[in-house]
Amino acid sequence: MKQNDVILQSVTRVAVVIILTFSFYLFMNGHHHPGGGFIGGLSTAAAIVLLYLSFGIDKVRENIRMDFKKLAAIGVLIAIGTGMTSVIFGKPFLTQAFDYFNLPIFGKTELASALIFDTGVALAVIGTAVNIILSISEDR
Amino acid sequence: MNTIYLFIFLPFIFACIVPFLYKHLNRQVHTGWFVLVVPLSILIYLLRFIPAVSSGETFEYTFSWIPSFGIHITSYVDGLGLLFGLLISGVGALVILYSIFYMSKVREALHNFYIYLLMFMGAMLGLVFSDHMLAFYGFWELTSVSSFLLISYWYERKSSRQGAMKSMLITVFGGFGLLAGFIMLMMMADTYSIRELIANMEVIQGHSLFIPAMLCILLGAFTKSAQFPFSIWLPDAMEAPTPVSSYLHSATMVKAGIYLVARMTPVFGGSPVWFWLVSGVGIITLLYGSLTALRQTDLKPLLAYSTISQLGLIMSLLGIGSLAVYFGPGESGTVFTVATFAALFHLFNHSTFKGSLFMVVGIIDHETGRRDIRYLGGLMHVMPITFTIALVGGLSMAGLPPFNGFLSKEMFFAAVLDVSKAGVFGLNSIGTLFPIIAWVASILTFVYCMIFVFKTFGGKYHPERLNRKVHEAPIGMLIAPMVLGLLVLLIFFFPNVLGKYILTPALSAVLPMMTVSSYDLKISAWHGVNYELLMTIGVILLGGLLYMAKKRWLPAARKFPQNLTLNHFFNEGLSGAERWSASLTNRYMTGSLRHYLLYIFVFFVLLLMGSLLWFYGLRFDFSNNAMISVFDAGLVICMIISALTVLLAGNRIVAIVALGALGYMVSMFFVIFRAPDLALTQMVVETVTTVLFLLCFYHLPKLKKSMERLSFKWTNLFISIAVGLTVTVLGLSANGHKLFEPITSFFENSYKLAGAKNIVNAILVDFRGFDTMLEISVLTIAGLGVYVLIRQRSKRGKEHEAE
Amino acid sequence: MDTLIVILVGILVTIGTYLILSRHLLRIVLGTSIIGHAVNLLIITSGGLKTGAAPLLGEKITDFTDALPQALVLTAIVINFAVTALVLVLCYRAYQGFGTDDLEQLRGEEHE
Repeated sequence: MKQNDVILQSVTRVAVVIILTFSFYLFMNGHHHPGGGFIGGLSTAAAIVLLYLSFGIDKVRENIRMDFKKLAAIGVLIAIGTGMTSVIFGKPFLTQAFDYFNLPIFGKTELASALIFDTGVALAVIGTAVNIILSISEDR
Repeated sequence: MNTIYLFIFLPFIFACIVPFLYKHLNRQVHTGWFVLVVPLSILIYLLRFIPAVSSGETFEYTFSWIPSFGIHITSYVDGLGLLFGLLISGVGALVILYSIFYMSKVREALHNFYIYLLMFMGAMLGLVFSDHMLAFYGFWELTSVSSFLLISYWYERKSSRQGAMKSMLITVFGGFGLLAGFIMLMMMADTYSIRELIANMEVIQGHSLFIPAMLCILLGAFTKSAQFPFSIWLPDAMEAPTPVSSYLHSATMVKAGIYLVARMTPVFGGSPVWFWLVSGVGIITLLYGSLTALRQTDLKPLLAYSTISQLGLIMSLLGIGSLAVYFGPGESGTVFTVATFAALFHLFNHSTFKGSLFMVVGIIDHETGRRDIRYLGGLMHVMPITFTIALVGGLSMAGLPPFNGFLSKEMFFAAVLDVSKAGVFGLNSIGTLFPIIAWVASILTFVYCMIFVFKTFGGKYHPERLNRKVHEAPIGMLIAPMVLGLLVLLIFFFPNVLGKYILTPALSAVLPMMTVSSYDLKISAWHGVNYELLMTIGVILLGGLLYMAKKRWLPAARKFPQNLTLNHFFNEGLSGAERWSASLTNRYMTGSLRHYLLYIFVFFVLLLMGSLLWFYGLRFDFSNNAMISVFDAGLVICMIISALTVLLAGNRIVAIVALGALGYMVSMFFVIFRAPDLALTQMVVETVTTVLFLLCFYHLPKLKKSMERLSFKWTNLFISIAVGLTVTVLGLSANGHKLFEPITSFFENSYKLAGAKNIVNAILVDFRGFDTMLEISVLTIAGLGVYVLIRQRSKRGKEHEAE
Repeated sequence: MDTLIVILVGILVTIGTYLILSRHLLRIVLGTSIIGHAVNLLIITSGGLKTGAAPLLGEKITDFTDALPQALVLTAIVINFAVTALVLVLCYRAYQGFGTDDLEQLRGEEHE
């Protein structure tokens, strides 16, 4: 959709990595610091959208072979799945659990089922946002 | 023991697998064989309950769904539920077996058929085993929905669609009545549990809502069980495939209303209104059904009207039995206990003989291609086995020995004779009508049973009237009606086995106040010569004479004027209502979006401002205001400027950029308001939204200088200022009132409760996870909506190019 | 401060409503977007402004701003995005399909 744009492309190459790293940080830290599934997902989506804008759809599609509609659906299913898991354990739907574990490198670490739920949220957000942008920009 | 859920939900779970079975295996194996496993296993599972339930035990399994609202799904197994459960799974198994031979695996969309059938089975099982009234209501409506889908199974036919529509309209209308009745019951007894309701019946019986609740619930029961005058949907429902008619519209679904009346008897029984409505409507339906059945020439509507009449019989028996609640334990109470017992007995018998008769009609239809008795005749020699089954079913329905219908018909006569002598509720004066109507209706029943059997199978065989070569049905198709026919005979010879193990426990569920010893009931075929026997002999003699002389009166009876039928009134009423509502709607639905928005905004202003003034809600309190820094003030001014730019811009790109600027300034505010999560999200969302707008840029219309009339602009300005003022005043008074303590202190324990230091995130994923889950669902749906909107056009565009 | 924001919200809603009532599709989309921002601000304001630290549990702070409106608004922002996208696409599809963005010309037939 764009002509060759050297500056944008070379900046994007660097920036996308930074944005992706940052969004992963936001996502993982969401439990204790600002961030979480929505923000992490959205900024990941923003990074992907940036890729599309600077390199064009076809080129990116060659490299990221993924159906974002399915990604969104998988996200929703993960979220529902975590909810159902608590039903299986005899708790009301969507009861989250957390506990602390001693992991080899990280030391005492908190693992929460909320993180899985949040992953579902993030995937749904990425899938939907990219899907919307892609659909519109493909429409020629 | 949690398995009862599994067995209620087994049909639903299996329904999810059916499409795959159909897709991959249908060529080799008829899908019905797999589906057959479901009712069989449920039947076996339920049979295991019989010993315990017949010794008086009940089982209850509670699954808490939303414990904080007290919403539990309780399944409750007692005698009544078990009786129905056995009918549902037993007849279900036979019907599916029958359908394997009836429904062609080549031509029919079997996966749809079996999914709907399984859905119905699950709903019906859920219905009879639910203790929670709302769950009951949900399953009740689900049976209506699945019945709709099954009636319209051959949806290419107009009559199927109309029949489905009619049954849906009537049963769902009744369903709303049921819901209202349940809510009233809940308001009275403060519980949703039917058992607790029965335990609290003193509270309910004195309440002013007692009669309204009863009427609403009876509306539900009468529409579902096709009682007069709501019966008109049942004959039209016969457009469904015959296995469906046999299962839903004779053996199970139409008995849901009976079930409801039986369940509610402990609550409402003993009231004169209940007695008169249930037994009166029942006996009128009995007469109406048998009268109308006589006039039918098509076999399926004939059976439909006979079902209506038999349901009326059961209903009137339940009404008579409710007198037992009035009299209580004791001599006179016990007399009427027998009526309830007879109702349950006849319910079971009806399922056996009517199920087999429907299957016989299905066989005739399948083999000859005709269902009209004017074309049929003499099939006795061509289809001997089918004839035998039809004879057994037909004579049982007519109430002749040695078939089970005789036993319950005798008990019915005994009950109507008893009630004419009861001497309460004004029965002294018109009580004698009961035996008379019952007797007349039985004569008519006898005649139409004879017509059904002998007009089809007797007489001369006319092969030239049928457009195919007729022969006996395949053996697989005969198994199911044969099993039912055998049951008809077996129950006549061993009625007390059924009575002791299945009917008596069901009876004690309907009439829990009667002590067990008071209804140690024995069914016997011979009571000596008494009124009941004389009545039966009279039925046979008079019925036989009428049948012999049918050539004289039947053609006249068939010429009943069309525009006096209930159907005619229903159709007229429906089209009248449609016309009226269309003309009303067209007055304000002008097709202009602006008009609709104006309605919304004017209503918004009037409602909110009105209630603010009405309740003296205007109160401003500026004391809690935070300090305004220079930065804040500057930001506010910038925001107003950019919003005005959006408003006044004459150029698309300026408007879009100004909107983006507005969004970024909102995120600045979030920073000031100590909301880091929001600021981050808003920033990213604003970026993506702006990209979105710019992507659409090429496609978007240019912003034209609007050429509207001045009055148009002034109206808009006036409305928008009113809306803005309302919002401002509302926001200010909301801040001025602090009616409740903020609940945030609870969420501030998030580290202890959810292991999270970020309270906002803890609320999102943990405390209010349900909201978030639904939100991402909405998000995904919106995304798919965008995709579809665009894809649809590109496809259509391609088609245009191809042309 | 709270009063100032509420007045700002009122002005934004006025502008948004005026845009929505106009006859052009794009203006309607812009209007819904502005109203969305205004409502988010209103919800945040109803929880009290600048009353404490950001709702992140730390070592010593005990006084936080109300986290509940923030959580509500967070979801609202994301939904708003999806709704804006949908309305936008709907509008431009309507524009493409019918060749006009004038609502008066897009009116359906009467008695449909």
